[in-house]
Amino acid sequence: MGAEFVQFSLTPMLIGVLAAIACALPGNFLILRRQALIGDAISHVVLPGIVVAFLVTGTVATMPMLIGAGGAALVAVVLIEAIRRLGRIEPGAAMGVVFTALFAGGVLLLEQSDTSRVHLDVDHALMGNLETLIWLRASGWASVIDPVALAHLPPELPRIAIVAALMAALTVIFWRPLKLATFDEGFARAIGLPVSAIGLALVIAAAVAAVAAFDAVGSIIVIAMFICPPATARLMTDRLATQVWLSLAVAAVSAILGYVLAGYGPIWLGFDSSVSAAGMIATISGVMLAIACLWGRARGRVTPVA
Amino acid sequence: MAGFLDAVLLQAGYNAALVTIGATLLGIAAGTSGTFLFLRKRALVSDAMAHATLPGIALAFLVMVGFGGDGRNLAGLLLGAGASALIGLYLVDWIVRHTRLAEDAAIGAVLSVFFGFGVVLLTVIQSLDRGRQAGLEDFLLGATAGMLMQDAVLIAVGGALVVALIVILRRPMTLVAFDPGHAAALGLPVGRIDLAMMGLVLAITVIGLTLVGLILIIALLIIPPVTARFWTDRVARMLLIAGCVGGAAGYLGAALSATAPDLPTGPIIVLIAAGLFTLSLFFAPRRGVLAAVLARRRFQARVHWRQGLLSLARAEPIHDPLTLRILRAAGAIRPDGVATDKGRALAAKSLRDERRWDIARAIHQDTALTGRYDGLTPIEEVFTADQIADFDARIGAPQPVGAA
Repeated sequence: MGAEFVQFSLTPMLIGVLAAIACALPGNFLILRRQALIGDAISHVVLPGIVVAFLVTGTVATMPMLIGAGGAALVAVVLIEAIRRLGRIEPGAAMGVVFTALFAGGVLLLEQSDTSRVHLDVDHALMGNLETLIWLRASGWASVIDPVALAHLPPELPRIAIVAALMAALTVIFWRPLKLATFDEGFARAIGLPVSAIGLALVIAAAVAAVAAFDAVGSIIVIAMFICPPATARLMTDRLATQVWLSLAVAAVSAILGYVLAGYGPIWLGFDSSVSAAGMIATISGVMLAIACLWGRARGRVTPVA
Repeated sequence: MAGFLDAVLLQAGYNAALVTIGATLLGIAAGTSGTFLFLRKRALVSDAMAHATLPGIALAFLVMVGFGGDGRNLAGLLLGAGASALIGLYLVDWIVRHTRLAEDAAIGAVLSVFFGFGVVLLTVIQSLDRGRQAGLEDFLLGATAGMLMQDAVLIAVGGALVVALIVILRRPMTLVAFDPGHAAALGLPVGRIDLAMMGLVLAITVIGLTLVGLILIIALLIIPPVTARFWTDRVARMLLIAGCVGGAAGYLGAALSATAPDLPTGPIIVLIAAGLFTLSLFFAPRRGVLAAVLARRRFQARVHWRQGLLSLARAEPIHDPLTLRILRAAGAIRPDGVATDKGRALAAKSLRDERRWDIARAIHQDTALTGRYDGLTPIEEVFTADQIADFDARIGAPQPVGAA
C-alpha cells in the first residue's frame, strides 16, 4: 500500500467508486418506478453523441464530448416519449427502437469518418479505460495533501466527484417529493406535486450521471451500477432510506473489489496480465445481486415480519 | 451504383449472395418472431439474451483452444452463444418469478452482468498468445467482410430453418401471443408454445450475431413489429408486414454494405429498418402522425362548422376567424359575414336537430342511442325517419330564423 498504490490504483478505484455511487443513486428510484432500462438506453445513445461532437469540433476534448453525449441522451429521452405518445407504443418497445437506431447511426458515422488517428472506438465506449486513469505525479500518500501533485490528478476524478456530489445533493433535497411520486403517484398528484416534471427530472439526472460515469468507466459499469446495487439493496430491505444506503455500500464494494480482483486476481492465479476492470466490477455487482436473490431478507414479494 | 445493383441482384460474388439471402431470411424471421415478442410485451427480454451471448462465445473459444483447435469455428462459437443466452433467459425468468424485482430490473441486471463477465473473458483471451487474432469483437457489431464460405452457408441455412419453423408454428403462436388465456382455454400448451417462441428468438439472436452483432440484433426483433403496428390492427397482417419490413431491411442492408468497405452490415440493416419505421410513424394511415393531425383538423372543422351554424340560427355575432373561414368556404355566409339562403337553411336545420336531440334525450331511456349525442353525429344516423318525425311533431312547425 505504498507509493505504487497511490500512483496506479488509488485514482482508478476512487473514480470507480464515485461513478458507481453516481449511477446507483438515481438507479434506486428508476428501479422502483420500473424504468430500470432507461440507463441501458442512455448508455447506448452516448456513442452517437460523442461521435457527432467529434465530427463537429474535430477534437476529442472532453467538454464537447460530454455536451454531445448529454444532448444525445436528451434527444433519446424525448424521442422515446414522442414515439410512445404519437404511436401509442409500449415504452419498452419505443425504447428499443430509439436506442438501437441511434446506436447504429453512431457506429456508421464512426466507420465513415476518419477517426483512426484519435482514440475513439466502440470498444472504448463500451469498456471504458479505468485502468489508464493513473496519477503519475503522486509519489506516495503525502501527495494527497500536495497541491502540485493534486493539480495533476486525472481530470475524470474531480468531474465524477462533482457529479456524484450533485446526485447526492439532489437525492437529499428532493427526497420527499421523489419518494411520494415514486410510491404513490396519485397521492403525489393530489397534493399538488408536479409528478411528470419529477419523472422527467429523474431521467435527466440519470442521464447526467450516465454521461459523466461513461466518460471514465465505459457503459458496462454504467448499466450495471444503475441496476445491480439498487436491486440488491431492494432485496434486503423494505425501507427506502435503508435501501439507498445499502445500494451505495454495494456499489462501493463492487467497485473496489472488482478493481482489485481485475488488477491482482490474475496475478494471484499465476497469470501475468490483468483483466478488464469495468467488466469485473459489473461481474462482482452481479454476484452480490445473486446472493441477495438467494438469501436477501426481503427478496420475496411479501417481507417476513422480523 | 453499379456495385449496389450487382449486390441487389445477388451478382456480387457467391459469399455476398449467400450473406444477402441469409440476412433477408433472418430479417423475415426476426420480424415475425419479434411480433410475437412485441404482442407478449417482452420485447426487451431479447436484449438480455443478446448481451448474454458474449460470455458463451468467449468460453466456447477458450474451450476450443483448450482442445487444441484455433477456436474460430463459427458453429462452436454460436453453440456457446446459444447456451449462455439460454442461461441468461432462464435467470431473467427466475428473478421475476422468485423475487420482488420487476422484469425490467431483471433484464438490466442479466444484460449488464453477463456482458461485463464476457468482457472480462475477452481480456483474458486477448492476453493469450493464440487469441490475439481471434476477432471475437466482431460479434459485438457483426461483420460479414472476410466471412468464410461455410459461415455464409450456416447463416443462410439457419435463416431458412427459422423461417420454416415460424411458418409451421404461426397459428398456435399467434393465439398465445394475442390472448394467452383464450389459448389455454382452447387446450393449447401455452407454456410450451412460449418456450418455442423464445427458442426461435434465441436462434435468431445467435444467427444474427454474425451479421448484426449482439448489441443491435434486438433492433431486428423490435423495429419491424413496431413499424407493422402502425399499418394494421390485425395480427395476421401485422406478422406479414413485420416479416416484409425485416426482410427488406436485411436484404437492402446486406446488399448495400457489400458495396463498400466502410458500410458495416449490422448498423446499415438497423438504419434501413429505422427509416421504414420513421416513414410509418409519420405517414401510416389512421395511426400515423400525419393521419392523426389531419383527423384532428377535420374534427376541429366540424366543431367550428356546427358552432357557426348554431350562431347563425340564433343570429349571434361570429368573431372566431376559423369559424368564419369555414362558413365562408362552404358558402353559408357572404364575404361580409351575412348569411346566404343556403346558410340560413343549414342553420335552421342544425338548430332543429338540436331541438330534436333535446326531445330525444328527454323521452328515450336508451342511453346506447341518446349517449351518442356529441353535437357532431347527425341525428339521422342514430334515429329512424319515423322517430325523427315523432320528435318533429312534438316540436311543432318550422320557424323562420335569421330573418330580421
